[in-house]
Amino acid sequence: MTEKTGFFGRLRERLGKTRTGLVDGVRAVLGTRPKLDAETIEDLEALLIQADVGVQTAAEILERLRETAREKRLASSDDIVAALKALLLEILEPGDHTLSWTADPPPHVTLVTGVNGSGKTTTIGKLASKLKAEGKNVIIGAADTFRAAASDQLEVWCERAGVPIVKLHAGADPAAVAHDAVQAGLTRKADCVIIDTAGRLHTKINLMEELKKLYRVVAKLQPGAPHEILLVLDATTGQNGLQQARKFTETMHVTGIVLTKLDGTAKGGIVIAIQKELGIPIKYIGVGEGIDDLQPFSPRDFIDALFS
Amino acid sequence: MFETLTEKLNSAFKSLRGQGRLTEKNIADGLQEIRRALLEADVNYKVVKQFIADVEAAAVGQEVIKSVHPAQQVVKIVHDELVKIMGGANAPLKVSDMPPTIIMMVGLQGQGKTTTTGKLAVHLKKKGRKPLLVAADVYRPAAVKQLEVVAQQAGVEFFGLGTGVDPVDICVMAQGEAQMRGCDTILLDTAGRLHVDDQMMAEVRKIAQAVKPHEILFVANATTGQDAVNSAKQFKDNLPLTGVILTQMDGDARGGAAISLISVTGCPIKFVGTGEKLDALDAFHPERMAGQILGMGDIVSFVEKAQEVVDQEKAIKFQEKARKADWNLEDFLSQMQEVKKLGSIGDLMKKIPGMSQMMGGQEMDFDDGDMKHIEAIIHSMTTEERQRPKIIAAGRRRRIADGSGTTLAEVNRLLKDFDKSRKLMKDMMKRGGKGGKRGGPFGGGRGMPMMGMH
Repeated sequence: MTEKTGFFGRLRERLGKTRTGLVDGVRAVLGTRPKLDAETIEDLEALLIQADVGVQTAAEILERLRETAREKRLASSDDIVAALKALLLEILEPGDHTLSWTADPPPHVTLVTGVNGSGKTTTIGKLASKLKAEGKNVIIGAADTFRAAASDQLEVWCERAGVPIVKLHAGADPAAVAHDAVQAGLTRKADCVIIDTAGRLHTKINLMEELKKLYRVVAKLQPGAPHEILLVLDATTGQNGLQQARKFTETMHVTGIVLTKLDGTAKGGIVIAIQKELGIPIKYIGVGEGIDDLQPFSPRDFIDALFS
Repeated sequence: MFETLTEKLNSAFKSLRGQGRLTEKNIADGLQEIRRALLEADVNYKVVKQFIADVEAAAVGQEVIKSVHPAQQVVKIVHDELVKIMGGANAPLKVSDMPPTIIMMVGLQGQGKTTTTGKLAVHLKKKGRKPLLVAADVYRPAAVKQLEVVAQQAGVEFFGLGTGVDPVDICVMAQGEAQMRGCDTILLDTAGRLHVDDQMMAEVRKIAQAVKPHEILFVANATTGQDAVNSAKQFKDNLPLTGVILTQMDGDARGGAAISLISVTGCPIKFVGTGEKLDALDAFHPERMAGQILGMGDIVSFVEKAQEVVDQEKAIKFQEKARKADWNLEDFLSQMQEVKKLGSIGDLMKKIPGMSQMMGGQEMDFDDGDMKHIEAIIHSMTTEERQRPKIIAAGRRRRIADGSGTTLAEVNRLLKDFDKSRKLMKDMMKRGGKGGKRGGPFGGGRGMPMMGMH
């Protein structure tokens, strides 16, 4: 037992030694050592790994940074920082980070998916309010019929946003809800239909099959739909986020990611690995619980925040 | 290709195998691999650094035991260190001598507090306790309603005052309510909050000061990444945490957050959440978790779970069959029906020692629809065909496909799957038989020498 306290004691010391949160930035690392030596590389690796970028992705990025530094003979810390940011931007920038929210013929249909607790319902509440404010006619489909009171939660958000909701009883077939929501969208000539789905772990084959069924029902009703499939990802998620994105996009082509809970201390670096490996662009970030706390994704701002 | 922490460590030690003795160099290589594996498993960067330093110190100081393979020696050191960090023993919930016992659930948003509260209620109810679920989350829309529904599903008492009352008051009043209703345990479901939200952290502190809970459980998701240390530390600094509950352990997250959480909070993991249903709550066993991390598989949980649902007689018969390798399609079908009861095959397979390696990351999952097809195909075979699948040539395959209303491709796939499973059985039996011998560190499953050594 004494040895056990020893581990925690030493760990606390280690945690205390470094500045709280992440290192104060690459500048701080490089300020004292403007050369890209092994120690600096290790510090940069620590920075990236602690942002959940992942050990493999971090290694690849740093390898390229080393090459760039050699080729361009970068010496100043400012240059190295700029080069690293440029490398990250190269990964994060490609793809469409915006959402059109228009379809011809209307309505534009969006499915919102993700594992349990990632923030799907809250995100939909915020999206509904945003679109409503832009003057669009929105209908929300409460296809999470599994979690206790999920549709009640969504209903509160819909009331706040002033948009109609389509829901069935608890335990109803989610595909039936999706069907009714899209049908309502067609009949009432809505601009957008957003469908909330139950949180599901990507490893549950049956639940993923259920999602496929929901997709088929929507696609049958409205050619070209769903126009967007958003995967909601919690920024505190570690390396499993890549696996989540992979499995969801294997099930149905995910068109974008909403990265939630960025208002804590988590950096959400796993999205770098996701975009690098799977090419799924980030569309929005969630930065709070307020109805307006959903922002369009800016690769530059995100990278700056990674190092803040 | 996705690799589990288990597989990573296995391959790390594979490179150590074959080397006659431990040198600083080959430890360093192995440690580098362990470091990488732990980081990929989301163990915090600094925790890993400390862990590797400790393991290295322990390993280098040790004499090479001639009779033990160097890899096994390192495995034992790593295993012991992991167990040491994870607490060594299963930690039960505290029960107050003076009822009611108050248990408070805290954590970030979306970790599964409300669901876990319901699971704990079911667990306590099974133990003969009478829990009262208290809705202290007045912020998240419909959180009160959700807990009420959960309480109904769990068949336990519920107390809520809507969303217009201060959560501190709700928790205080719950004590009188529990007394009135004869409840001996109070479960406080507090709102999810960010550790950097000073106002919300002040509120949760106030609740704790007002009701002085016997247990304050930090609920965290097994998929949590590097930030686990930051949030856990803030909660620890604000509240006298007594335990951790790790949720979503039924996914494929490598769960390194467990090590980070324990390291930072100094609290044991008391339970793990293993599914969406209210009975999917298991005790946490550090040895099992460490064993799982080191590639010995969580064979104990597997057996326990299997015993609950699997027909014992069938199981014994199946074992004998597998040993003799006269494993036919009838066995295949009945085994699949049994295993189906246990949930996803993929999840289970991962729990069998070495299985994840043998499968090479390939999943053998199938859904209910597949299951129906498989049954139809096997039922369309003659008894002889089922018992001697070798005789099923092209002509018979077509007949079976027609008879079962499936396609030739499906029949072929089933026969291929069957063949694969037979090979796996053979391999497993071979490996199992070698327990304790020098067949490599992972050959022995439960029979591994190190299991009895600590």
